[in-house]
Amino acid sequence: MTINMLIFLFLAVVAIAAAVGLILSRNPVYSALYLIVNFLAVGVFYLVLGAPFIALAQITVYAGAIMVLFLFVIMLLGAAKPNEIETLKWQRPLAIVLTAAILLEGLYALITRISITVTTTTPDAALADPKTLAQLLYYKYSLPFEITSLILLIAAIGAVVLTKKPAKEEAK
Amino acid sequence: MESTQLFNLAPWVVFLPLIGLVINLLVGKKLGELFAGVLASAATGLALLVSILLAVALSGHHEGTTVVLSDWITIGDFTSRWAFRVDTLSVVMMLVVSGVGLLIHIYSIGYMHNDVRHNGDTGRFTRFFVFMNLFIAAMMILVSADNFLMMFVGWEGVGLCSYLLIGFWFEKGKDGIGNANAAKKAFITNRVGDFGLLIAMFLIFTSFGTLQFDQVFSQAAIVAAAKPGVMLLITLFMLLGVTGKSAQLPLFVWLPDAMAGPTPVSALIHAATMVTAGVYLVARSAVFYTLVPTAQTVVTWVGAATAIFAATIAVGQYDIKKVLAYSTISQLGFMVAAVGMGATVAGMFHLVTHAFFKGLLFLAAGSVIQGMERGMHHGAHPDHETDPQDMRRMGGLRKQMPLTFWVYLIGALALAGIAPLAGFFSKDEILLSAWQTRPAVFIVLAAAAFLTAFYMGRQLIIVFFGKPQTKPAEHATESPLVITIPLLILAALSVLGGLLNFPGLHTLEHWLSHTLGEGEPAHFNFLVAGISLLLALCGLGLAWLVYSRKSAAEAPDPLSKPLGPVFKGMERKWWVDELYQSILLDPYKAAAGFIAEKVDLGVIDRIGGGLAAGTRMLAEGIRKFQNGYIRTYALWMLLGLAVIMTYIFFK
Amino acid sequence: MIPVAFPIGLAIILFCMGIVGFIVRKNAIVIFMSLELMFNAANLLFITFANQFQQVDGHVFVIFVMVTAAAEVAVGLAMIVTIFRGKHSVDIDQLTNLKG
Repeated sequence: MTINMLIFLFLAVVAIAAAVGLILSRNPVYSALYLIVNFLAVGVFYLVLGAPFIALAQITVYAGAIMVLFLFVIMLLGAAKPNEIETLKWQRPLAIVLTAAILLEGLYALITRISITVTTTTPDAALADPKTLAQLLYYKYSLPFEITSLILLIAAIGAVVLTKKPAKEEAK
Repeated sequence: MESTQLFNLAPWVVFLPLIGLVINLLVGKKLGELFAGVLASAATGLALLVSILLAVALSGHHEGTTVVLSDWITIGDFTSRWAFRVDTLSVVMMLVVSGVGLLIHIYSIGYMHNDVRHNGDTGRFTRFFVFMNLFIAAMMILVSADNFLMMFVGWEGVGLCSYLLIGFWFEKGKDGIGNANAAKKAFITNRVGDFGLLIAMFLIFTSFGTLQFDQVFSQAAIVAAAKPGVMLLITLFMLLGVTGKSAQLPLFVWLPDAMAGPTPVSALIHAATMVTAGVYLVARSAVFYTLVPTAQTVVTWVGAATAIFAATIAVGQYDIKKVLAYSTISQLGFMVAAVGMGATVAGMFHLVTHAFFKGLLFLAAGSVIQGMERGMHHGAHPDHETDPQDMRRMGGLRKQMPLTFWVYLIGALALAGIAPLAGFFSKDEILLSAWQTRPAVFIVLAAAAFLTAFYMGRQLIIVFFGKPQTKPAEHATESPLVITIPLLILAALSVLGGLLNFPGLHTLEHWLSHTLGEGEPAHFNFLVAGISLLLALCGLGLAWLVYSRKSAAEAPDPLSKPLGPVFKGMERKWWVDELYQSILLDPYKAAAGFIAEKVDLGVIDRIGGGLAAGTRMLAEGIRKFQNGYIRTYALWMLLGLAVIMTYIFFK
Repeated sequence: MIPVAFPIGLAIILFCMGIVGFIVRKNAIVIFMSLELMFNAANLLFITFANQFQQVDGHVFVIFVMVTAAAEVAVGLAMIVTIFRGKHSVDIDQLTNLKG
């Protein structure tokens, strides 16, 4: 049992536990916090996999920006009230059954098709440093890059437009 | 001009009446009655002129010729064309149609002038002449056709014109639809016959590969030897067509009802021309019939049975036109029997003479009817009640309408077969042929001849002799010249018509032999001639005895007591129409009603409705999937994902 | 190092948990969060295979995924806020206007 294996197991348990907590928690604030834990665990695992830049991006962007946004909205809407009266009772079991089926199938395929002997490699420090990423990003993937910048712009404008109060209400 | 070039005039016998009818259709109403009538008559007259020129050309070139106008249908091996067969047989028919047609057109100018006023619609005058010209054109197509298909076009065309003209006063008649019903009856009964002719044509096509007369008849012997059964079927189905068009048993029922049309129509179509189309067909196809002796027997007996059956009915009728209608059926029976026996020339001879004297009789009857109508309008109080066609209301008209009386007498005597009028010679030839080959048929035809003389005598006496029975009869007046001159011409033809095939000269026989093949001209048999003359005189004499003793127009008919139920049967036309109604028409209507309601409405409409209802139920069921909950939609997506994953992993 | 099957298995498990959360929960915001969980699982897969095949393209794709997720969250939450203004509830079962 190598140290990598131990780290992986620990992180895996944390991630899965956080996900379970996310699903089962009654309080949406708790759910958000569980999700942050999940992101952090996975982010650390990115480091193990030799993706330092992505790991930090995950923590800053996902955990730092997106989840904060989530928390803002949860607080804004005051949605901490419990309102879980299930209206469609038959959906929950069916969803669980189907998901279990997918899960089992996925794991089965995984076990039968990917040999246990294939391992992840030791990360090469120069492989995933920002310089290489930047080269790829700006040369090979420059078009998607531009498009994503556009997406961000549109999202920002869209968010502002959507939440603008109608003019006559303000005039009142 | 080279006489063979005259043959090229043949298509004009059809086109001249067509041009006449188109002009009448377009401008006839505006230019007045006289114009319409004269134009139509001129068109027919010119067609007569062309027929005469063709006859002249034929006299130099006896074998005849075919004038091709254009191709019509070309499908694979089958070609049909518009071609006019000019030979001695078709020219005889053309002369009869256009000649008698011309006289009837001239007569109609005067007759319809009165008729449209009597019936109250002067605007319909032009329409009559349009239809008449259309009829002449169709009949010409029929007789000049070079193949069965073109002949069928003419066959159907004359059927259509018959319908149009019988129902000319379509809003009148019994209960306001009587005339329309009569027209429908004629058309539909003819259709049954046409079905027979069509089947025969189909069989001819499959056996011979062609419908052209010359090709078919030249191969007839070969095919008859190879497929005798098919030949028999062809001849019998053709006979069905003949019974429809020429009003034989069992499809004669339309002709008495067709008297609902104006009298010139009855004269032209239902006496002289259309009804003879069946006889013409058998004459043209004589080659077939000589090859199938069984068919000949059938045809002969159908004709003979019709002759006697119709003659018995004619004895009991009171309507002047109905007597003549049944007489026509009976005489057509004579003609059909003649061509069935193989005496084609005798049949054609009788066709020609019959056209003369029956046309004359109908036109003269029209003159009598209009005289009665004039009598009805006489005086301060016009009579609208009396039926001008009921013979029992007439009487003593020979004093009021002398010219009509004399021509009617000539026609009646010709029909009865009194020498030396035309009918004697033609009927005698038929009787002679029966005497020589089929004695049983001779007896039947002789009986029919006796009855013919009897009912014509009866009619003459009731209408023209004795005292006038009603006021209109007292005040009847003679018809104008435009009516009486054609009558006189036809009377002259009825007298002289016998010369066409006078024994010894046999002009018609020689003329027709160029088309029909050499036959043996019948030698004049004094015994047969004597018997037929004797029968005619006895018939007339008996009629005189029975009907002139007392005032014959009183009801009841003097024959009703001695003959009892037999007379009732004759009067009620042996209940044939009632029989057809109960056996054919009522079950058919019941079946149609059943199918319309139970099958069409009940089953088929329900299937359509059921499909619609089923679709709606299905849609309503599927609609429940869209319950609006987004989570449910996501769940279905998940389900799809699971299915696809299962499929991919475990394929 | 660890067998590559393990991170892949982890990704699969996280993905399935995201699906369950998406369908089971009624709170719209929590559903969104489950969505983020699924994105996360996908990112993990990308990085794993980038490591396996020694190609950095996987990392670039993860950047794109993150950017898109961020944009989507922004717009989505804005929509939830707008809807909340009308319905005063974030219960997703209240949004049944698509009912057929």
